[in-house]
Amino acid sequence: MTTRIFGSGIKRREDPRLITGEALYTDDIKLPGVLHMAVVRSPYAHANIVSIDSAAAEAMEGVVAVYTSDDIGDGLAGLPTAWLIPDSDLKTPEHPALAKGKVRYVGDGVAIVLADDRYRAQDAADAVVVEYEELPAVIDPEEAAQEGAPLIHDDVEGNIAFRWAPFDKEASDKVFADADVVVSERILQQRLLPTAMEPRSAMAQYNAATAELTLWCTSQNPHIHRFIISAVTGLNENKVRVIAPEVGGGFGSKIPCYPDEALVSWAAIKLGVPVKWTETRSENYLITIHGRDHVQHVDMAASSDGKILGVRATVYAGMGGYLSTAAPGIPTILHGLLYVGPYTIDSVYCESIGVMTNGTPTDAYRGAGRPEATFLLERMVDNVAREIGMDPAEVRRKNLIPAFEDGYEVAAGLSYDSGDYPAAFEKALGMAGYGDFRRQQKSAMAEGRHLGIGVTAYTEMCGLGPSQVAGAVGFQGGLWESATVRVTPTGKVQALIGASPHGQGSETTLAQIIADELGFPVDDIEVIHGDTTETPMGWGTYGSRTTPVTGAALAVASQKLKEKARVLAAHLMEANVDDIEYADGSFSVKGSPDQAQSIQDVALMAHLAWNMPEGMDPGFEESQFYDPPNFVYPFGTHIAIVEVDAETGEIELQRYIAVDDCGPQINPEIVAGQIHGGVVQGVAQALCEGAVYDENGQLLTGTMMDYCMPKADMFPNFELGETVTPSPHHPIGVKGVGETGTIASTPTVYNAVLDALAPLGVKQLDMPLTSAKVWSAIQDANGGGS
Amino acid sequence: MWPNKFDYVRAGSVDEALSSITDDGKFLAGGHSLLPVMKLRLDAPEQLVDIGRIPELQGISANGGLTIGAAATHDAIASSADVQAMCSALASACGQVGDQGVRNFGTLGGNIAHADPASDPPTVLVACGATVNIQGADGARSVGAEDFFVDLFETALDDGELITSVSLPNCSDCQCAYVKFPHPASRYAIVGVAVCLKMDGGTCAQADVAVGGATVKAVKCAGAEAALAGTTLDDAALNAAAEAVKSDIADWLAGDIAYPESYRQQMAGVFLKRAVAAAQG
Repeated sequence: MTTRIFGSGIKRREDPRLITGEALYTDDIKLPGVLHMAVVRSPYAHANIVSIDSAAAEAMEGVVAVYTSDDIGDGLAGLPTAWLIPDSDLKTPEHPALAKGKVRYVGDGVAIVLADDRYRAQDAADAVVVEYEELPAVIDPEEAAQEGAPLIHDDVEGNIAFRWAPFDKEASDKVFADADVVVSERILQQRLLPTAMEPRSAMAQYNAATAELTLWCTSQNPHIHRFIISAVTGLNENKVRVIAPEVGGGFGSKIPCYPDEALVSWAAIKLGVPVKWTETRSENYLITIHGRDHVQHVDMAASSDGKILGVRATVYAGMGGYLSTAAPGIPTILHGLLYVGPYTIDSVYCESIGVMTNGTPTDAYRGAGRPEATFLLERMVDNVAREIGMDPAEVRRKNLIPAFEDGYEVAAGLSYDSGDYPAAFEKALGMAGYGDFRRQQKSAMAEGRHLGIGVTAYTEMCGLGPSQVAGAVGFQGGLWESATVRVTPTGKVQALIGASPHGQGSETTLAQIIADELGFPVDDIEVIHGDTTETPMGWGTYGSRTTPVTGAALAVASQKLKEKARVLAAHLMEANVDDIEYADGSFSVKGSPDQAQSIQDVALMAHLAWNMPEGMDPGFEESQFYDPPNFVYPFGTHIAIVEVDAETGEIELQRYIAVDDCGPQINPEIVAGQIHGGVVQGVAQALCEGAVYDENGQLLTGTMMDYCMPKADMFPNFELGETVTPSPHHPIGVKGVGETGTIASTPTVYNAVLDALAPLGVKQLDMPLTSAKVWSAIQDANGGGS
Repeated sequence: MWPNKFDYVRAGSVDEALSSITDDGKFLAGGHSLLPVMKLRLDAPEQLVDIGRIPELQGISANGGLTIGAAATHDAIASSADVQAMCSALASACGQVGDQGVRNFGTLGGNIAHADPASDPPTVLVACGATVNIQGADGARSVGAEDFFVDLFETALDDGELITSVSLPNCSDCQCAYVKFPHPASRYAIVGVAVCLKMDGGTCAQADVAVGGATVKAVKCAGAEAALAGTTLDDAALNAAAEAVKSDIADWLAGDIAYPESYRQQMAGVFLKRAVAAAQG
């Protein structure tokens, strides 16, 4: 008996090429005669463009052309918003690839320069003279929604792009009116900069003879990029090939189709030569989407004995200067529907107001709407606990949904697939030694040390998702995936997938699924992705969906192939199909173990087709479309223990315990890696990350000198645990795990810090919890100040 | 990321460097201060004269005191047995600059010529009474570290002058330390405090104190020094020194969006106490 490959923590096959620098990213691809594009970007957050003078730039050595919006004319359609949420009076203001008459955030493109060299392109971009008439800017989404705020788009009245509240307000109001206890808090979900390791890049090549455009770009979803580029350029979709080569992380920021991809495409068509653009890190911070940016007014109703009765929130969600590709869906569908969490909360209400501001456009950032929901829920549970004098863990225990195996309808309208929240919760509390900690905390306080603990129970909705639901919520696409398992005559496997992994280790994980289902050695399986011409249609890698959805497509395709192999093996061995036994990639006849056909033998015979059963087609390949019947709902409990240095306000994260349940783990090492990375990103939101603008809309955190990325020495070794609850609707029971760490960890650490600060009289702080903020809050609570 | 165009000259000697530099030129040693600002197009010298390999600027010598070549790297200084013996605070400070890659290339001369207020070595140089040795077309001169650092990114260097070395007295009979509160984003100092204590039995005969990070330049802190000198460094003395240091730096405070001046000023007091404890440890 060999070790089962499913569940084995084999090393990521992606790593050798990534670690040695052999991976090929978009910017690594060199085409002869390529022109480099530099974009002249607005230095103002809000201004009318009075004039653009490009004469000096055009005269510079190596400069081929300078183009503005006037030059493009109707050569490029505006960039579409592709999540048109219903019942929200959604306005979708025009988003031209280059600004037309007005700029709406710092970094908005005004002109492009094409030159034979990247340095010369930049020199010429600096030489384009743009005269602006500066307008008042507004960054805070709640302020932008007030009367009298600067109007950003003439056709978006009051800057309100949408108002979404598909809940029963009257019923919610009644719950709150009747409740023993109501706690309230204004929560700021600060802007975050996704900061993928590889900045964005795009290169286009147009063949005038065939009228075919090839676009290499940093994309999480090349098939979506293909039809958007087709739509904005007017080229037929079958004449556009989008290739996402190696992509160095995305965290959601490489889902949208940006002006830059459209501009290189247009310029390559216009000039007939390849055009490349790669952003600098400074550009990345200015123009690549930001995440979060909510101002939330949240209430929670509870009984005096700790039963949570209802949650409601008014959310002002900053959209930035334009509505990015998926932006409207993030603070609505992916947010308000998650307000029940893992609890038996019968009443939820969310009014989400999408507000145009003069910030960089926002869109999906790891977790996308769900971290913002989980944070407010977990913060308010702690507030309820404090209000009624009950331990926060006890309040959670009292409200957790009991274990269920196949479907649980919650108030927000979702049907959770499976869960055993109490099991994960008790396991995490046990690992943390929760009861002992509370005693240690008391004795530490006697010594003047301030320890705190935070507990988050969560569930989240991922594995996006049923296409019928996608349609019902206005997502302008399906959410199924497709995959082809193709076996060569020599018995090697090529798995072609429509999704587009970019660092998750999916090439390894998906190969393990096929190996487990079909019996080929895992090293004989290649997973191929990223090229719209090579791969079948797919909607992309985001929303923790590639393992659940693409994985299901591959599992079903593999199962079909295995059935074909069984029939062919029976035929070849002149046996009855019912007498065929399968083990470890080999078919044998019951009772005659010496007679066997390996899966490789069968694959060869299927290719040769010398001796096929009646009615069986030759070849050894299966394609499968898979539309999930429901989302998957991973869950778990995370616990953080921190110590606050009252002298400086510094926070030390001493322990971090994460118990997650993503169903059966295909590769526990990769699961752990996803949790580690997610936790780090989520903790960073609590403790250090935050994009800050000044009142004129200038980004003050424009480099990593000021924007605080998390660093390894900020973290202890994580203590991971797991429970295993299969998804009942999934062919192999798995759930997504790409975002759970980010979703759970922010409130965990935040609540731990506030727990430590409670005896010092500090009740609320805005994230990130910098030492300066913590120290000042301690001083203020002491009534002193400094 | 994409600097403006510049000419590049590699000098083989100090004389060649001085005769090569033009009005719009800059000296380049390790490049870890200059090249980032050029890549961001915040600075655009038309000429770089590379002094990184000039033999006269290399090396660390111990001869009563320390003489450190301007092109000595942070790593070379941090790992030098002579520096560790004669001025352990400087070894510590240089060992906390950037990361290992930065320390392998960045040089002491380049660091102090750039005069970033949040950098680590200047604070120790000011505390320990270092001398900056300078060569210009008109000859050589020496400037005390306290006078060398004038203001934010501003030094006593004149156009066309080159730092050749830095001299330090032998502090091996002192208790000295550099303690830093690193900025979580950049790892530059939110505040850095250097102390050098001459002890006479249990009594502090002389204290030298400097603060950087919280200030636009490394500042010598006479008030804190006076509060420590002549005491047994007991809690009362430390508290008095922590209060005094806040006044010492009051005219020179610097801050940023996350860590404002007022906070850094307070932290100077906290880290002064920690620096004294580290020096005694």
